[in-house]
Amino acid sequence: MLAMILAAVEALLGLGASVAAGIAAIAAGIGIGKIGASAMEAIARQPEAAGDIRSNMIVIAALIEGVALFAVIVCILALFV
Amino acid sequence: MKKLLFILVLMTSWAVSAAQENVAQDTASVASACHASSVGGDRLEEALDKAAEETDEHKFDIKETIFEHLGDGYGWEVPFNHHKRIPLPVIVWGKDGLHVFSSSRVTHGDEYVDGDATFKIATEGDYKGKIVEIIDGKEYKPWDFSITKNVCAIFIACIVVLLLLIQLARWHKKNPFKAPRKMTGAIEAIVEFIYAGVIKPTLKEKSAKFAPYLLTAFFFIFFMNLLGLIVVFPGGANVTGNIAVTMVLAIMTFVMTNVFGTKVYWKEIFWPDVPIWLKCPLPIMQLIEVFGIFTKPAALTVRLFANMMGGHMIVLILTLLIFIFAGAGVAIASGTAAISVAFSVFMLLIDVLVSFIQAYVFTMLSTIFISLAQAEHEEHGAHGDAHSAAAHASETSK
Repeated sequence: MLAMILAAVEALLGLGASVAAGIAAIAAGIGIGKIGASAMEAIARQPEAAGDIRSNMIVIAALIEGVALFAVIVCILALFV
Repeated sequence: MKKLLFILVLMTSWAVSAAQENVAQDTASVASACHASSVGGDRLEEALDKAAEETDEHKFDIKETIFEHLGDGYGWEVPFNHHKRIPLPVIVWGKDGLHVFSSSRVTHGDEYVDGDATFKIATEGDYKGKIVEIIDGKEYKPWDFSITKNVCAIFIACIVVLLLLIQLARWHKKNPFKAPRKMTGAIEAIVEFIYAGVIKPTLKEKSAKFAPYLLTAFFFIFFMNLLGLIVVFPGGANVTGNIAVTMVLAIMTFVMTNVFGTKVYWKEIFWPDVPIWLKCPLPIMQLIEVFGIFTKPAALTVRLFANMMGGHMIVLILTLLIFIFAGAGVAIASGTAAISVAFSVFMLLIDVLVSFIQAYVFTMLSTIFISLAQAEHEEHGAHGDAHSAAAHASETSK
């Protein structure tokens, strides 16, 4: 039965790529959530710095999203190449 | 500037009229699916079966359609028609020299014979979708310098950026101490945002040397991203979603950091200030540092490429959902259409924000890499600062 499963290569590729993309999404969500949480706390402590904090938060979120998208690129490569 | 605009409008109208010469209809299969679905609720099962057959065909069409829209092509699509394209010049260097012809001669699988050489767009195999030369029945790939859709879009983005920024420079030459207004003022606000917000704090004294490259990169990426979101002719080309384009931008940053790097920077890479066993018999630190020189532009490439391509792909898939569900009944189809259009508009709006953020992050990271490569000899300075700070602290606390 294991041989049968291993023979369905395309299905395995699809499964692997989807699970990996899901994990990448979870990881990005956790990372950006933490950034958002600490940004909210910082703004609550010092409302005058809200503009600075917001710009830094957006920049760091973009960097984290970059890492998650590296994983998505690998998934796309696995599926279509 | 008005002359340039006039020429641009003339070219656009010529191109659109040239594309309207041929007529073709392709919506037959989707129309028949809709017909089947609108027959009645009793026939729902039959309709679903038929739709399942057609969705199998559409499944292949869906992958094709997505990659066709995300990729490059030899003509520029016209809205509301799947088959007409604005023809763009094809410039190839075949086995026997240069050939220039319009891409309308090789659309729909036609072959074009020019002198001794025959060209066509390959439909399968390694060179699928690209121009190949047919010699004795075999396909060879010639040197391809064509003005494809992405190349044309790069030209258009260049023209837009040049028009806006040269106008700003000319205003400041003509009115030295007045603040510009309207569009020029908006462009100045963006330049000020990047220059005073990103470049000056990081580069300090050397801002004026690197600011031209960094500001050019920012505006170029920003306008290419934005133009990719507009659906009709001057826009609609997914340029930054093409990894070749983002790779060249990252290579430019790579060149700027390393060619202008100071001696201290290169010394830190090849003989860093670490224990000797990490450097001498086995060059571990050197390998890691050299690898680091290459991973930074690679990260820049993939970040910009994946963000832009991901945004376009999501919007495309949401729109194609309507066609997938087209055969499954009027209620489901219209519900899907409404939700899909709303979600697509939402994703496009987020894409506008992401365009700006990705251009900003690219510029910011390039600035940081350049500033790291401009490191001056700081050791004694740092110790000196620490000493003087400690002296100050002890004095003030007395």
